[in-house]
Amino acid sequence: MNNNLIDALFVFMLAAFIGFEVIRHVSPLLHTPLMSLTNALDAIAVVGAIVLVGERKSTFALVLGVIAIIAATSNVVGGFLITDRMLRMFKTSRPSKPQVTKP
Amino acid sequence: MTEFAGSQYVIEIIYLVASALFILSLKWMSSPATARHGILAGEIGMVLAIAGTLLHHGIVDYKWIIIALVLGSGIGIPLGMVQMTAVPQRTALSHAFGALCVTLVGTAEFYLRSPDVPKFMMSVLSMEVILGGLTFTGSLMAAGKLQEILPQRPITYKGQNLVNLLLFIVAVGSAVYLVLHPEAKIFFPIIVGVSLIFGVLLVIPIGGADMPTVISLLNSYAGLSAAAMGFVLDSKLLIIAGALDGSSGLILSIIMSKAMNRSFTNVLFGAFGQVQASAAVGEEAKPVRSATAEEAAAILSAANKVVIVPGYGMAVAQAQHKVRELYDALTKKGVDVRFAIHPVAGRMPGHMNVLLAEADIPYDRLIEMDEINGDFPQTDVALIIGANDVTNPAARTDQSSPIFGMPILDVDKAHTVMVIKRGMSPGFAGIDNPLYYLDRTLMLFGDAKQFVGGIVRELTGGH
Repeated sequence: MNNNLIDALFVFMLAAFIGFEVIRHVSPLLHTPLMSLTNALDAIAVVGAIVLVGERKSTFALVLGVIAIIAATSNVVGGFLITDRMLRMFKTSRPSKPQVTKP
Repeated sequence: MTEFAGSQYVIEIIYLVASALFILSLKWMSSPATARHGILAGEIGMVLAIAGTLLHHGIVDYKWIIIALVLGSGIGIPLGMVQMTAVPQRTALSHAFGALCVTLVGTAEFYLRSPDVPKFMMSVLSMEVILGGLTFTGSLMAAGKLQEILPQRPITYKGQNLVNLLLFIVAVGSAVYLVLHPEAKIFFPIIVGVSLIFGVLLVIPIGGADMPTVISLLNSYAGLSAAAMGFVLDSKLLIIAGALDGSSGLILSIIMSKAMNRSFTNVLFGAFGQVQASAAVGEEAKPVRSATAEEAAAILSAANKVVIVPGYGMAVAQAQHKVRELYDALTKKGVDVRFAIHPVAGRMPGHMNVLLAEADIPYDRLIEMDEINGDFPQTDVALIIGANDVTNPAARTDQSSPIFGMPILDVDKAHTVMVIKRGMSPGFAGIDNPLYYLDRTLMLFGDAKQFVGGIVRELTGGH
């Protein structure tokens, strides 16, 4: 085991704890948008697929990589899009109380 | 990657910024007021990371990258435009896509590096494809069940758990062998294949009522497989994003299984609802009191405090916009109307909040279970629309009930309980609900959308 792997384990441990702390404070109101957002962020795996395709080491790797980029990119685009659509719907009644129904 | 090319430093710094933006993005999700900044931070981070990656010195050909990015965006746009009721299956599908990406990259990496793969590398690579493979097919199954292409009821057969256990042992055993003998390439496709089958078999015995837990758990697996990929590629950005997603999914699955008073093992291996489904039907002799829309409207307008308990049935009937009209009509009459949200209302964590927000109901009127339960004794009317098991008092009192111990909304403590329901059939989990036979309960039989519409017409004076 070299130092890179140990470093990586430390990064993983710290990120997992940050994840727990940050996400524990997310309001249950927003759990659905939270999941679609983490889904989009998780699709950062696309960077691995991009390098794989760009390096073109074998046709096999190229084909798998292209499919992987397509799958991950659709998560990035779709995930951010739907999260934004959902969050735009959340409105509070307090600031604009006399708001009558829109046409 | 021992010696960095010049551009490599730039890329790593970009990744560092992207990681920070990802963490901020989740942090800002803590409140609806800041949540949209969170999306922006996530988007900037993502664009930076992808742009940075394109600078990678090893990339010799951009053609296929561009084609794939364009195609992926083309698929992503319709997936981002689905209806709010379809968000759970969309989410399951995107878990599948994420896992597919990870599994494919892992497979390609194995064949590029084989046969000299160091032991630690082979271990994480195996973990990556096992988690990725089972999440891919498992999520497809979950999406199929949610979309109702596949049967919602658990699919079970004799010796199911034994078969699953054996498959898991085969996958892990092959992985261990491959770690020790990396030249035995044949074991790699076995690991991938068995994981794919395992994912299918793991999810088919799980009933529709448990989907919120399953989606969260698959979310966690998808994150962990991405983190494993980060170890393989030595990418700290991927490790961080994967760890964040993994812990998010884990927290949500813990909340969901607590809300159903079930352990993970019970959700995964319990095949909920199977036995009860046949037992509950058949006894329909007990008397219930029913009421018309006119009577319901009279009671509601005489009330001071009303709590509406929406369930997934409300969304199925597309009644949320009528419910919004009811909210408006009652509020105008000076009635205090709030909504009680059970953590598992809807088909994924937080789903009901989104459905009500879509109908323009202000989010400060949506109250979580723990917060509102103490208020039911002072509530004049609890109006239940399309919810069943989460209001079942048997969960508190009847030790023999399969949902005994599950936290419920204490609607039976309200002065009057009204339940809009199509008929007396049992709910998702197939359990009879004693709430319906209480003296203070009025059953409002009919389609949720039409019935709520009827009440609104009565309240607003006939049009």
